[in-house]
Amino acid sequence: MKKLMIGLAGVAALTLSMATGAVADDKTKVCFVHVGPITDGGWTQAHHQGMEQMADHFGDKVETAYIENVAEGPQAGAVIERLARQKCNVIFTTSFGFMDPTLEVAAKFPDVKFEHATGYKTSENVTSYNSRFYEGRYILGQIAAKTSTTGVAGYIASFPIPEVVQGINAFVLGAQTINPDFKLKVVWVNTWHDAGKEADAAKVLIDQGVDILTQHTDSTAPIQVAAERGVKAFGQALDMIEAGPETQLTAIIDTWGAYYIKRVQAVMDGTWETQSTWDGLKDGILDMAPYTNVPDDVKAMAEATQAAIISGELHPFTGPITKQDGSAWLADGEVSDDGTLLGMNFYVQGVDDQLPQ
Amino acid sequence: MGLTEAILLTIATAATPLLLAAIGELVVERSGVLNLGVEGMMIMGAVGGFGAAALTGNPWIGVIAAVAFGALTSLAFAFLTLSLAANQVATGLALTILGLGLSGLLGEPFIGKAGVKLPSLDLPFLTDIPLIGPLIFGQDPIFYVSIALIFGVTWFLFRTRHGLTLRSIGDNHVSAHALGIPVLRYRYLAVMFGGACAGLAGGHLSLVYTPQWVENMSAGRGWIALALVVFASWRPARVLAGAYLFGAVSIGQLHAQALGVAIPSQFLTALPYLATIIVLVLISQNIRMTLINTPAMLGRAFVPDR
Amino acid sequence: MKLELSKRSAPSIVMTYLSPLIGLSLALVAGAIMFMFLGKPPLQALYAYFIEPISELWSVHELLIKAAPLILMGAGLCVCYQSNNWNIGAEGQMIIGGMAGSALPVMFPEFSGPLVLPLMIVFGMLGGMLYAAIPALLKTRFKTNEILTSLMLVYVAQMILDWTVRGPWRNPEGLNFPETRRFDAFARIPEMLPADGRANFGFIIAIVVAILIWVLMSKTLKGFQVKVIGASPRAAKFAGFDAKHMVFFAFMLAGATAGLAGTIEVAGATGQLLPTISPGYGFTAIIVAFLGRLNPIGAIVAGLVLALTFLGGEAAQITIGVSDKAARVFQGLILFFVLACDTLILYRVRLIFGDKTAAKGAA
Repeated sequence: MKKLMIGLAGVAALTLSMATGAVADDKTKVCFVHVGPITDGGWTQAHHQGMEQMADHFGDKVETAYIENVAEGPQAGAVIERLARQKCNVIFTTSFGFMDPTLEVAAKFPDVKFEHATGYKTSENVTSYNSRFYEGRYILGQIAAKTSTTGVAGYIASFPIPEVVQGINAFVLGAQTINPDFKLKVVWVNTWHDAGKEADAAKVLIDQGVDILTQHTDSTAPIQVAAERGVKAFGQALDMIEAGPETQLTAIIDTWGAYYIKRVQAVMDGTWETQSTWDGLKDGILDMAPYTNVPDDVKAMAEATQAAIISGELHPFTGPITKQDGSAWLADGEVSDDGTLLGMNFYVQGVDDQLPQ
Repeated sequence: MGLTEAILLTIATAATPLLLAAIGELVVERSGVLNLGVEGMMIMGAVGGFGAAALTGNPWIGVIAAVAFGALTSLAFAFLTLSLAANQVATGLALTILGLGLSGLLGEPFIGKAGVKLPSLDLPFLTDIPLIGPLIFGQDPIFYVSIALIFGVTWFLFRTRHGLTLRSIGDNHVSAHALGIPVLRYRYLAVMFGGACAGLAGGHLSLVYTPQWVENMSAGRGWIALALVVFASWRPARVLAGAYLFGAVSIGQLHAQALGVAIPSQFLTALPYLATIIVLVLISQNIRMTLINTPAMLGRAFVPDR
Repeated sequence: MKLELSKRSAPSIVMTYLSPLIGLSLALVAGAIMFMFLGKPPLQALYAYFIEPISELWSVHELLIKAAPLILMGAGLCVCYQSNNWNIGAEGQMIIGGMAGSALPVMFPEFSGPLVLPLMIVFGMLGGMLYAAIPALLKTRFKTNEILTSLMLVYVAQMILDWTVRGPWRNPEGLNFPETRRFDAFARIPEMLPADGRANFGFIIAIVVAILIWVLMSKTLKGFQVKVIGASPRAAKFAGFDAKHMVFFAFMLAGATAGLAGTIEVAGATGQLLPTISPGYGFTAIIVAFLGRLNPIGAIVAGLVLALTFLGGEAAQITIGVSDKAARVFQGLILFFVLACDTLILYRVRLIFGDKTAAKGAA
């Protein structure tokens, strides 16, 4: 009987402590929902670093929470709702597949702000944000065409979604400004990260004669293989120079921190409004890793292109561009509209691959 | 090195972890135990191998650690299913979950760290022989172990008394027990051997295949290994065939993609799995042989009575 | 020192209810120790894991959503495993069933009315059944082991779904993203208590189906056949039970439940077909079946418990900041201890020291 009373008292004390453990009202609570692990060496890790940058910037004024490895689809709704109920002030859902669950939960919690990455739907309290990765790919393409001796590059692609297709097209277009006959070999590994598969894909591409690799997958395995085989490669989402000190020429770095700081500041100031942004190099949402292992003229060219994109002089998707099937897409000087890019499901000429239609 | 050698080497690297895990599990299943925790043991071996190699700077220590981690993980399985007669299927699945989680925890400090790669063999004259040189004389040590194991396990199972005993336990553990054979002791050793092999397979992943540590880097290879044991109809030589068939089709489909073959990548990705089914149907026409080699006690608990 | 098991003459009734609690308690202790090592407050972590997910109504709804496919497939797999048909491919059958169930709203969106949902359910079950018939056919006709065939077909199913959703079934208004069009109201499973949460009638369907399967197994001749064929194929042959028919029956029943689960997932919470519709439910269902001791009613309990551990893992990550790896370890520990304590139901456990016998175990 005594033990039972002690036990009950313990439970009561526990419950009380839970009830009084409320969130301090002056802190802004910033929460993240991730599709992968924060140690994936790529996409999610970059978002996590952005969060840490934001947290460092604001110090005591924010507190953060995050959850990783959340499966896309309706199951994510439970997670997002739990975060909302945990008094998060703003919730960032960092993968396309979280779009509908985010909107559903947002409708139930009008006072919480939601930010969804790489989607296209918004609402009163849901913002959509994206990054113009293709700008970086264009620069990669130029560097590739300048440094490759075989004139063929290898692309390790994940899934045929518009973002990946944009990347492939931009890469080819960039390469064609240097070498109009530049070729691209594409391999679809049907995963975002599987080190072994990526390594296999890299070996296969190199065996087929490519001497420069780029990837839209997360691990550093392709760079490791490239280093072993003596070919060059580009990093993805993070600076991968450590995996290949003499191999990496540059990388597209996802620098979400600047965006996160901006948006959290808006929440704090009360100026947060729904919007649909697609920031690029000039907004600092992505950056290029230092240009290494290339001759000075290539470095200068890359820096010039980067500056031109930032200033707005150069848009990677500027005509004349012909589609893979031969039909004309952009006339001379015509720039593509964002809508076409967001839903891109066709290749430009020069890509040796087929897309599902 | 020509294209053919390069492709064959890539296939060998892809097939080796599958081969190792499968041959280990073959011995386990021959003793009548079904261990679905191969994935868990493999990933523990991967993290143990990488961690030990990273901490000591010596990849050989990594290999030893990989084997040890795999064996220790399998010990947990063995205790539950052999000493406590717990359900083997559920315990194996629980072990996979546990292994994936635990390896993630243990591996956290090693994320992003540079790997230590096991050096490949490089014999002065032999390695340079065109075509077969690199394949036979230029691979990593774990590859050679995997091939040796095929011969070793074949010899053990079919040419030694202990192997015969093990097989008899797998076929009828009640009779074996009646004959005075220590059934549980054989099974414990078999399970730990399987764990050691799976651990070595994991070590291959993190020390040779892609020298780094990434969460869940086994990526389902444990399940493929399980399927390969079935594919092999529990015969060691066929494990070799199965692992290399799967590896060859996996690499082959990537080559097809890179060549621009106009088949959807999803179909090509599914090809290794389809090929395994089709080939198995074709080669298991001899029903007698299949039945003889299937361990009849597979999955059944054994509790020694007085 | 030796651990000795002696079989009880009949499964202990007391232990049937007590052993999972003992197992759970041990897991709680082990988990608390682990959380302490990781620097997280153990009591709060355990609270987040077990109490928090069921402390609020909306969360209970989420529990039901998560449990429904697990219960459905778990119950179906009970029949398979009891009859010695090792169906590891429930995940693939769920995917194909989900696709079959979605065929109507995706390909004929103009077709509306109250008939749509029942037809979707029927198609879904048929799809799962047909896909499950493949390993059954290969087993009976070619003696190909079903472990391999059913497992390999999972990967094939995933690729089929991926290609279909990105290709022919892609949403024409979806900006070429990989998803089908959203189903309209007639093609959705209605929510039970929309004011309180998202749970839909899929959960009720799951319970009803599980109970029906239990009736089948315990009260019908078919159920008797299942058990005899599984326990002793020779006795079954003498009794005139057709093992080959049973292979098809078991596989197709499991396939039907998996297809139903897939359709419920797609037509319930999601409302469209996506490139992945299941985070491994088909494999978790295997654990559910065994934890439920191959009894469909047990599968209901086990399904709820497992769904709770998933939900609890999420809550612990959000509230306590536990990493998802630790959450997974804890889940594995729970399974381990519960499985270990299951022994007590069928066996008496004794520790023997040297030649002195010290009896240690419950009666």
